[in-house]
Order: sequence, then structure tokens, then C-alpha cells
Amino acid sequence: MGGSKLSGMQKQVLSLYRGFMRAARDKSPQERSNIESFVASEFRRNATGVDRKNFVYIEYLLRRGKKQLDQLKSPDIVSLSSLNAPAK
Amino acid sequence: MAATGLIRRALSRVQSLPVGKPLSIRLRPYASEAEAQLVQPKARSTSNLKTFQIYRWNPDNPSKPELQDYQIDLKDCGPMVLDALIKIKNEIDPTLTFRRSCREGICGSCAMNIDGCNGLACLTKIPSGTASTITPLPHMFVIKDLVVDMTNFYNQYKSIEPWLKRKTPPNPDGKEILQSKKDRAKLDGMYECILCACCSTSCPSYWWNPESYLGPAALLHANRWISDSRDEFTKERLEAVNDEFKLYRCHTILNCARACPKGLNPGKQIQNIKGLQGKNVA
Repeated sequence: MGGSKLSGMQKQVLSLYRGFMRAARDKSPQERSNIESFVASEFRRNATGVDRKNFVYIEYLLRRGKKQLDQLKSPDIVSLSSLNAPAK
Repeated sequence: MAATGLIRRALSRVQSLPVGKPLSIRLRPYASEAEAQLVQPKARSTSNLKTFQIYRWNPDNPSKPELQDYQIDLKDCGPMVLDALIKIKNEIDPTLTFRRSCREGICGSCAMNIDGCNGLACLTKIPSGTASTITPLPHMFVIKDLVVDMTNFYNQYKSIEPWLKRKTPPNPDGKEILQSKKDRAKLDGMYECILCACCSTSCPSYWWNPESYLGPAALLHANRWISDSRDEFTKERLEAVNDEFKLYRCHTILNCARACPKGLNPGKQIQNIKGLQGKNVA
């Protein structure tokens, strides 16, 4: 993809990722690396797992991500953790 | 075992009733659980089938949204659309997702689009006919099935500062601020709003400018605080909404008044704000 033009949606995804990385900077060093690795793996997982033409779903993920980022930005939030629900 | 216990309790209650009441006569045949089950099917001899086409979309299984058909017998279902939805969820498909709470039109959770009209499922009678379509509120982002994302709607409500704002310090005796009956009557037709979003999502103007236009529900609440005799920030409130987009995207289409399940008229309240804007400038 190097140097090629990005679609609007791809730009939104990248800017969301950047937003998470920026928000992580305001947390403690330990939590910062936790958040960064979790966010990176989550984006990586969806980048490979989601059909690139499934715009409805990608837009849904973008909206969900924005909401989560808004929460993470609050100074009251100190850490981020996730729970793996058993797959059916 | 639990069932027999229940029946025994029911019987003892019957015996304590005065003899001759129709209730005790009706209950007597249900002496055992087996008999009770035999009696029930006889009660509904004819069935009245109806198909509900319900919008389905699940983010965990991302494919295109679709309408799924559910056929239920209206003979053993409550009269309202919400009763039908709960019956479908209980008996046919537990994965069907929708918001509901009070089932009496006071919480505003079950707002959805039923046969093309926005309304509360709990206040809408099941339409006659053999088929009905139920979809989420139009032009809202879907989270799952009939559940929509209300973040923008609530943020707009928050932006009109829906709380009492005073310039004079509170009474030293800690008593409430009194209001005449006439001033209180000015709030009728506004305080009843339950923020179900039926009006805003029925407004074409709101569809095209959901971010910049406040929408009928938020503007109705803006007028509620502008009209409140106890609020001392009337002028500031008027200035805050005096905006080409926030307020003047209302073109008095009045879909809001048609949609409102509480019978309010947001369009009229918006008109009141517009009228006051003229006086505010003069």
C-alpha cells in the first residue's frame, strides 16, 4: 500500500489508531505499553479478519472505536483490560 | 414439585374466598397440573396468524442486514407490538434484540419504526392485516437488530443545558423557588417528553443534518427551559440556539407532531422559540 492513495475510510481507521496511541501517552508507562499492544493486536486482527468490502461492519467498528477512544481519553481512566468471551 | 406447590397455594386462596364468586368456580377444575394443561388448548379453538418482518443485523456475524419473518398466533399474544416482540423473543428466537423497559410508555426505550411509522412498541397496537414490518428508528446507526446508537441524540439534549440556571443566589432558608399556577401551565405540552427520539428520527431535516441541527426533541426541551419562569438565563438560552443550523433547519414539516407517541407538538414549541428570537433582537 506504500505511497498509494488511501480511501476515506482507510484514513478514518488510521486516524482512529493514531488517536488511541496519543491517548495512551497520557497513561502510566506500564499501562501505556499494555494499551498500545492491545490496540495494535485488535486493529491487526480486524485488518486481516474483516472483509474489506463489508463497509457496514467497518463503519460500525469505527463508531464503536470512537466511543471507546472518547472513554479512554478521560483522565479518570487509568487502564484498559479485555475479557475473552468463550466462542459460542 | 414447584408446580404442585403453586397449585396448592392457589387452591387455598380460592377456599378463603366467599363461596359463589365466579373466580372460585373457574379455578376449581384446575385441581391437578395435568388437568390444567388439558383444559388450556380448548380455550383457543381458532388461531389468528400474523407475520412480523423484523430487521436483523448482528455485528458479531457481519453480513448484510435482512428482514426476518416470524409468524405468531395473535390469539395468545397481548394486544401491543411489544407483546408480540417479547413473545417472539421468548418462544421463537432468543437472539432478537430490542430495548424495552416499562411497557407503559413512560421510559421511551422501545421506540422503533412499525409499518413505516415511528412509535413506541408498547403503545402501538398490533396493526390489523397479515403482515407487519418492524425496523429500527430511521437514519440512526444500528448497534444490533432494533437497537440504535443514541449518543448524538443525547449529546444534543445535553448541549441545551437541560437544568435550572439562576443568577440570584438561592434562598437562605433553603426553600424551593415558587411558581404560580399560570407559569406552571406554560410547561404543559413540554415536560411530558420522554426523549424516545421518535420525533427527531421522523424529521427529514434531521435526517440530512443530524450533527448540526438539534432536532425537535432537543429544541422542545430548549423551549421548556426558555419558558420556565424560575430560569434566569432565558436570553442566553435563546442566543445559544439562535443559529442557522441548530434552530432554523426546522422547516415546520411537522412530522414530529405526527410521530410523537405522547401526543406533543414539538413543531409548535420550535415556532415559539423562533417567535421569541424576533423579540430578543428588538
